[in-house]
Amino acid sequence: MATATLHANEAHAHGHDHEHEHHEPGFIRKYIFSEDHKTIAKQYLITGIIWAFFGGALSIIFRLQLGFPDLNLDWLKPVLGEWIVEGKLEKEFYLALVTMHGTIMVFFVLTAGLSGTFSNFLIPLQIGARDMASGFLNMLSYWFFFLSSVIMFTSLFLETGPASGGWVIYPPLSALPQAMPGSGLGMTMWLMSMTFFIVSSLLGGINYICTVINLRTRGMSFTKLPLTIWAFFFTAVLGLLSFPVLLSAALLLIFDRSFGTSFYLSEIYIGGEALPNVGGSAILYQHLFWFLGHPEVYIVLLPALGITSEVIATNARKPIFGYRAMIGSMMGITVLAFIVWAHHMFVTGMNPFLGSVFMLLTLIIAVPSAVKAFNYITTLWKGNIIFTPGMLFSIGLVSLFISGGVTGIILGNSALDINLHDTYFVVAHFHLVMGAASFFGLLAGVYHWFPKMFGRMMNKTLGYIHFWLTFAGVYSVFFPMHYIGIAGFPRRYYSFTALANNAQDSFADLNAFISIAAIITFSAQAIFAFNFFYSIFKGKKATQNPWNSTTLEWTTPVIVGHGNWPGEIPAVYRWPYDYSKPGAAVDFIPQNVPFSATPESNLPEETEEIENEKEIDGLLDTQNSVYSH
Amino acid sequence: MTYLIGLLSVVFLVLAFMIVSKSMALSKGIKGEEDSSIPLDGANNSNAVGFLIFLVLGSIAAAWSFLASQPDFLPEAASEHGIKTDNMFWITMGIITFVFFLTNALLFVFAFLYRYKKNNVATFYPVNHKLEIAWTIVPAIVMASLVFSGLKVWNEITAQAPADAVVIEVTGHQFGWYVRYAGNDDNKLGNQNYKLIDDTNQIGIDFSDENSFDDFTANELHLPKGVPVLLKIKAQDVLHSVYLPYQRVKMDAVPGMPTKFWFKATKSTEDMRAELGKSDFNYKLNCTEICGRGHFGMAITVFVDEPEDFKAWVAQQKPFLAQNPDYLTKVPEKLKAKAQKYIPVEAPAAESDSTEAGAGATASLRR
Repeated sequence: MATATLHANEAHAHGHDHEHEHHEPGFIRKYIFSEDHKTIAKQYLITGIIWAFFGGALSIIFRLQLGFPDLNLDWLKPVLGEWIVEGKLEKEFYLALVTMHGTIMVFFVLTAGLSGTFSNFLIPLQIGARDMASGFLNMLSYWFFFLSSVIMFTSLFLETGPASGGWVIYPPLSALPQAMPGSGLGMTMWLMSMTFFIVSSLLGGINYICTVINLRTRGMSFTKLPLTIWAFFFTAVLGLLSFPVLLSAALLLIFDRSFGTSFYLSEIYIGGEALPNVGGSAILYQHLFWFLGHPEVYIVLLPALGITSEVIATNARKPIFGYRAMIGSMMGITVLAFIVWAHHMFVTGMNPFLGSVFMLLTLIIAVPSAVKAFNYITTLWKGNIIFTPGMLFSIGLVSLFISGGVTGIILGNSALDINLHDTYFVVAHFHLVMGAASFFGLLAGVYHWFPKMFGRMMNKTLGYIHFWLTFAGVYSVFFPMHYIGIAGFPRRYYSFTALANNAQDSFADLNAFISIAAIITFSAQAIFAFNFFYSIFKGKKATQNPWNSTTLEWTTPVIVGHGNWPGEIPAVYRWPYDYSKPGAAVDFIPQNVPFSATPESNLPEETEEIENEKEIDGLLDTQNSVYSH
Repeated sequence: MTYLIGLLSVVFLVLAFMIVSKSMALSKGIKGEEDSSIPLDGANNSNAVGFLIFLVLGSIAAAWSFLASQPDFLPEAASEHGIKTDNMFWITMGIITFVFFLTNALLFVFAFLYRYKKNNVATFYPVNHKLEIAWTIVPAIVMASLVFSGLKVWNEITAQAPADAVVIEVTGHQFGWYVRYAGNDDNKLGNQNYKLIDDTNQIGIDFSDENSFDDFTANELHLPKGVPVLLKIKAQDVLHSVYLPYQRVKMDAVPGMPTKFWFKATKSTEDMRAELGKSDFNYKLNCTEICGRGHFGMAITVFVDEPEDFKAWVAQQKPFLAQNPDYLTKVPEKLKAKAQKYIPVEAPAAESDSTEAGAGATASLRR
């Protein structure tokens, strides 16, 4: 009898081994064309980090121009070559830098680098799945992104320069090569690159949604999902519904550029000739673009907020305050994100009535955002806070989210937007609320899940230095920028010499200060890069659950293998935020601990749930059968 | 002056360094003493204090830098609607500044107060519906009041221009602005067509429309003070945007889609010169929609004149047709008689040399 059982167990174990052997890939399949979600996540992360340094460096170059207009830039000639003319940045190249900085940061760093990394890494690990619903599509998703990156990167080296019409590439400027050199081949490559990028995003998004819906482990109901997963889920929904619209906008632009159509072009006289195009609408493009463009803000922001929820709860040793309100507000943001796009277009000549509708909707979206901020603050209240680097960046995120968010109330008001539209006030606003805040979310996530990714710890002290420099730096860069906006300085200006009242002189010092702060902040990121790459190889070995966290990813081995759990996938019995529960001996109870094992800390309604545990356990076979084929 | 801001921030960074270096020293000493299962090091208290210091220094820096920059903000609006939007801007600013300080203060103070203490246990406090309802409703009410005051002003600004408004056409092109006035006789702009653009007729004025006979062009924008002005905004090549910072006017110029903005200027150039104490001050019309390499320099000078001065200036201007009599050939036969009255007698249209006329027009535009 005993032998038989043993034998059966062996057979079972063997079955698993067999499955693992079957999947044990060679170097190329393991590290390059990998279908393992963890490897793909790391690919996204490292590509994202490289892009972030690149995008940051571009901004430093144009900040030099803005902060020190008289500076001789000949020393940049070895890098920029012909783009430096007589010690000055070429005016068109300035616009190219602005455009590429925006494109790279918004799409390649904060969409692919953030959502791509953490959705891929955390969804299977936190919901208790062996991998994504389709590993192959997931792999394709990364490689489409890679292809898109290569094309965009190549466009930087064109003689006519990369796309230069701003990251929003409004036609006709972007449609007519005679309008600026960047609208030639550079623009074509931008459009190609973005097309592949959209394909990549869609492949990723479909996968995230399928995985969250279908592959949750037994007991993991939607109301037991960590807020990270909720955030990634909503992000994927947003992307899936809005990216196709950007694709259509891009396709129509390609048609206008290459096949003589007039979707966006009408009555144009340029370069000494009248073009034949009539009947198109340049505003149509803006509607299509912002139908993606605004949800994109939340595509960038929601994952960061999800990460923050998780990190703050863990390190405050408290449940996140208002779990359901958090989900509700994210849901509200997701829905509203689709019906506020035209607040980017108040002064485009759009029907003013439409402007009032969008103003109303825009200010409504401030409410769920405010709820989220209040909930984060309340989560800290009466906590027992441990300031890990991840926690510092999460608190920093909340601060930036508030500081950047409140000015949205001004810009969302169409009457006030008239004067502030396309000034530095807007630049300051969105850099704080979506740029810096999301970037802080990315960093918080890296510090927090690095042990799970690489089995080693990042150096904390370097993390603290990195945080304080970045936090003070980001505020020093973007806070004073509001003043320049209030003073009416338009954005995307090479210099401010044409403004009334010699305005460029009054803010010359401030512009120089911003540039210096930007350089310091950017340099401080080297500390992170060093810490990151050094710790991958030489970091202190991690323990299984270094932050004493409750979610499922910390039940996997320190070095997570293919399939994530060597044995059965754990079942889930409780919500993810049982921190510092009264009566419990330790200050955290992982999600896979049944209520029947913790009678001392159960709330009355939780004692009732003990009955359901058998039912959850009974689902094991069904769950295994999903993975057996 | 703003160097002080820089100084403050340097202080900031130095402090950050100090905190961290102190924490490094502490962490070396304390390592191993604490419960090793808690991911804690000696820097925890320093980081908590760091947030408090950040709050105090940050608030001082924010308040001081604002006061220091304030003199360089745009002065009070020089248009009727601008005064309203300015008021609303500063009221909204007051509200959000309050919220900004309150929430950031709570965030940082909580971070400091509830830092890890041994034997302390966090309060298990997952939900409070009353609180949540409260902070859903309060922002909603504040937002609603802002929305409705905003809507009121927005509707006023975007309402139909008064019938007696002075109509001025502003056309953006790479990289400048063409200005066309409706003329001395009919106060109506004639038709315009992009296919009629040539080196002289740079706006493409259509002379088959009799309203265009008295239209004149200018390369600076003159506006009457205290009289409604309707800007009809066009673009020739790519998107541009009309921006009159002092008048708080902004509207995109879109090829193929005329836009408009009407307003009433309340301060003449002289008024603003007196207010700023700068005798050489001039208003500008800038471009705020990226349009190519010359985007940043795409500006013309704007003069806001007393109504009588404006009238005098208008009366002095010669219609485009008068300056370029050879365009008489573009006028249809039946309207020739009407057009003839704008043609100077000494220069019969048919015989005039077109290149000479072209040069004359350019000169007039550069006047």
